[in-house]
This record gives sequence, structure tokens and C-alpha cells, in this order.
Amino acid sequence: MRYLPLLWAGLFRKKTRTILTLLSIVVAFALFGLLQAVEVAFESGADAADAKRLLTTARYSIIEPLPMAYQRRIEQVPGVVGVAYADWFGAKYQNESNAFPVFAVDPTRYLDMYPEFTIAREQRDAFAKTRTGAVAGKRLADRFGWRVGQKLPISSEIHPKTDGSLNWEFDLVGIIDADDPAVRGNTDMVLINVAYFDEARQSGRGKTGWYIVRIDDSTQARAISASIDTLFMNSPDETKTQPEKEFAIGFAKQIGDIGALVTRILLAVFFTILILTGNTMAQSIRERIPELAILKTLGFSDGKVTALVLAEAILLLILGGAIGMGAAVAAMPALNGSTGGRFPPLFVGPETWLLAAAIVAVVALVIGLPPALRANRLKIVDALSGH
Amino acid sequence: MTVLVQIRGVIKVYQRGRERVEVLHGIDLDIPRGDFVALMGPSGSGKTTLLNLIGGLDTPTGGSIVVQDRRIDRLSGGELAAWRAAHVGFVFQFYNLLPALSAQRNVELPLLLTDLPAAERRRRARIALTLVGLADRARHRPRELSGGQEQRVAIARAIVSDPTLLVCDEPTGDLDRATADEVLRLLQMLNREHGKTVVMVTHDPKAAEYARRRVHLDKGVMTGEPVSS
Repeated sequence: MRYLPLLWAGLFRKKTRTILTLLSIVVAFALFGLLQAVEVAFESGADAADAKRLLTTARYSIIEPLPMAYQRRIEQVPGVVGVAYADWFGAKYQNESNAFPVFAVDPTRYLDMYPEFTIAREQRDAFAKTRTGAVAGKRLADRFGWRVGQKLPISSEIHPKTDGSLNWEFDLVGIIDADDPAVRGNTDMVLINVAYFDEARQSGRGKTGWYIVRIDDSTQARAISASIDTLFMNSPDETKTQPEKEFAIGFAKQIGDIGALVTRILLAVFFTILILTGNTMAQSIRERIPELAILKTLGFSDGKVTALVLAEAILLLILGGAIGMGAAVAAMPALNGSTGGRFPPLFVGPETWLLAAAIVAVVALVIGLPPALRANRLKIVDALSGH
Repeated sequence: MTVLVQIRGVIKVYQRGRERVEVLHGIDLDIPRGDFVALMGPSGSGKTTLLNLIGGLDTPTGGSIVVQDRRIDRLSGGELAAWRAAHVGFVFQFYNLLPALSAQRNVELPLLLTDLPAAERRRRARIALTLVGLADRARHRPRELSGGQEQRVAIARAIVSDPTLLVCDEPTGDLDRATADEVLRLLQMLNREHGKTVVMVTHDPKAAEYARRRVHLDKGVMTGEPVSS
């Protein structure tokens, strides 16, 4: 702490230059925070995946339905301890822009399959007992101001009712949430009771979208997947079964390899920062050679002067990194609001902060070490005489 | 008076590329405690080199330098830095203050190397600034001070840790006559009233008159015995 005023004065000796350099670091870390949040959001499905869950879809296309009758047959496969299914409803609320996922499910089986979702016991029971029942994710309910007990009028893009109408009405009987932020990102949805949905829809009765299969041993995931698919081989509805995580990653990659894209952008950004800040630091120390010589004259050891130069680089990076990450965090509510809930919630998690701290340390060392070593080697007599 | 600085057979050689330049050729000199010595001589005579050796900024190629019974020519770089911090105050021709720091912070710099708490460092720096007549300029940055004031801040910085020895390299070389006299009177006061031993390099005979003794160097050797003022 005693050297902080000295470090601060050295850093802001040329205010404009330091502020511009600082701004570039701030922008780099703000970008880092935002892109990491996007990557985490994209991977949240995979992160939340349970190793003991498999996904069974139609073999050739995820949009092809499968018979509900498969449920009993899958349950009989050795190693399978639970089966649930879900069907895509394709919902809009009030207007075209308010689109969100709605899944038609067997309430008890589905909620048993996803214990990471939290729901009040009485709401869960009400969902199972109410044929027109629906439960909504908390974020979605907050966004639209929904309250338990109200009617939920939604229209489907895919499923008309028997009377040909696309407008459906459900009873909102519960709110689901999750403790884990990564899982909470997957609760921007509505679950409806399949009992009413299947009876009231015009076509596709007795079919569902995909199966979620719980197994007792994750190391047997491949073998059990193969057993399930073998069961339906050469039938009109062949299946493709894979671990949930694999499915989530594959699904996200249909949009693009976000992780690789983010990594490449950030590498380019930090490489530029490295060059820019490294050059600024080197120039700043070059200009202050006589001042460093004076510090040595006054009795500051070579090691102390080296540490001071290095600390200056670390201080610069900590300042820029903290402000940049702070800006990214501050931007999250506005960004989450602007996506209209169609995207998993963006947040800067502890892993991102740790990664940012590691980047601060590495960049500070890379840009600080060369001038610090130069300061270390500085000979007082030569420096004071201008050699 | 006891001898504070004892120099025996000091040789200094610089390697300039392939060329070997011997700047000092076997200097012998005693500086008593409480003395005020002016090192004089033409450019290139080796007076600044000798001053740097006395102040521990450089080490001799041969011979010995004993300050306060300690062979400083045998100290390592780190030991020499610690020794300088404890025993020597430096004043340079171009003041060499840190431009980004206030006068007060510049004066406090040597005290950062001590265990003194911040409040005590501030108090001592204020006393040193008061001693040189600049208590009211404590918050000013060097660029907001005149040349004479800057040099007085540099002197305050040199004395703040209460060193035994003040080493001054052309302290009035950048000042007008009147300001130079003020600075020299200040050095003289520190020597006479506070017992500081002052070694000053100058080529200005008027400045040298403030010293108790004058030592002449020419081409790396002392010419004659020290002359008392």
C-alpha cells in the first residue's frame, strides 16, 4: 500500500495516454465478459445436462414425431429406470413477437425426470390433476406478469384444436424455477398437461416429440442407447438415442460453434491489447529511465524497482479488467431485457471472473516483464548521464 | 575531526566498446566528518566519477573506499543500495525530482524504504521542507516551482532520512547567481548547524568558496593538497 501513490503517479504521468490505454483494456474485458456470458448461455443446456439422462428422437429428424406407445417398451430396456416424453407446441402469446417454448408433457413423469427444476409441492400436484393445467418458468411469468390461478391463452403455430382453432387456453397452476443459474436459463418455457392437449388436438394424437430416458449407470449410456434404438430398428418410426449432453451440444452447434467463435474473437482482442498495452508500457518506462535511476540512487534495490514496474502493469490491467467486467455485468439486465426472454439469461458467473483474473495476470506479466527487466538492469551512472 | 571518508589508490576504468578508458588514476583522499569539500576541475577531470564512487553509485576498478569504517567498494549491489538509503543524500544539477509527485511526496520517497508509518513519513517530510523554506509549497508539483525551489526540494529529499553524507553534483549549475547563492547558503547551513558532511562537485570558483576545503582534479589525478577556504 505504501507504494500505491508512487505507482499511481507513474501510471498517470501522461494522463491522456494512460486513459486511452485503459479504455482499450476496459473495452477488451467488457467484450470478454459479454461474449463469455453468451457462450455460457449457449452451453447452459449442455452444462445442465445429466449424465444419467438420454434423449430419444426420431432417427432422421428431430421434428418427426414418435409413438407415445414407445414409452412402455423403452421402460423395459435393462438399465432404464424412468421415461418421460415431451412434444413441441410452438406457442405465441398475445402477439407474434412473444414466442417461447411450450412442451406437452406427462406432469409427474416429466418433473420427476428433471429434479433440478423447483416447484411447490401443491402446484406440482395441481399440475398432475388438472387436465388443462400448465406451469410456467419464473422468468417468463415475471416477464408477462402471470399469476398462479389465471387463464393462460396461447396460440400454437403447429397444433390446431379439433374445431380448427389455433387458440388454446390453459389454467396456470404453478411456477417452476431452478437454484442453479445455468438451469434457470432453461426454464423460460411453459409445460402443459399432455392429457388435455392430446385429446383436444386435431391431428397427431398418440404421438409425441421425443423421449427423455433416465438410466441407472451413466457408464452404460452408449450400450443402453444402442439397445433402445435396436428395439425400434426397421419399424416405421426408427429412433436415435444419445446422452443428453451430446444432444444439447449438437443442438447448439446447429446454430454455430459459439465456443470456438468466442475464443477466436477474444484471442484477436487480447492479442491486440497485448501489442498495444505492451508498447505503451515500454514507451512509458523508456521515458522514465532517469526517474527509475533516481529511485535506485535513493536506495531502491534492483528488485524493488523491477517490482514497481511490474506492479504498474498489474495495476493498469486490474483497473481496466475490473471496470470492463463491471461494465459487462452492468449491461446484463438491459441485454436480457432486449432478448425478450427468447434467449437463456446472460450472466457473468464465478468461472468468468476467475478467467478474467487469470487473463489480467498473464497479460500484466507479458507486458510488464520486458520493461521491468530493463529497469532491473539499469545502471544508475549510465542512466543519469543519459547513456 | 575523525575521518568519515577514506579513499586509497582508487582507480576507475570504463570500457567504451573496445577502448579501455582509465578515468581515475590512484586517488588518495581523506574527508573528515563534518567537512564541506568542493571537488573542482575541468570537464573530464574525473570529479563526477569520484563523487559517484564516494556516494556508492558506482564501484571502483581498484583501490579502496571506506566510509564510516565500512569498505563500500566491497558491497554487493543490494547492500550498496541499502547503504545509500541509510547514509547518503544526493543533490543533482538538474534536481531529478519525480515530476508526477508533489514536493511533499518527492521528499517522502527515501522514507518509503524505512519502516516508518505514513503519518511519521509525512511529518518528517514537512520538517525537511520547512528547513529548506518550502513548507508552503508542499503540495506543488515540480513544474509549478522555480529552479531554485526545485533544488531546495531536492535538498529536503536528500536530508529527510538524516544521512551522514551529502553528495552534490553541480548543485548550482542550472541556477542564476542569486539563486545559486541561496542554495549554497542552505548547504553551508546544513554543514555548519546540522553537522552534515558535504562533498560537492563544482567548476564554479564562487560556489567553491562556500566549502571549507577545495580539492582539484585534472585528468584523473589530484593536483596538490586540498586547499582550505
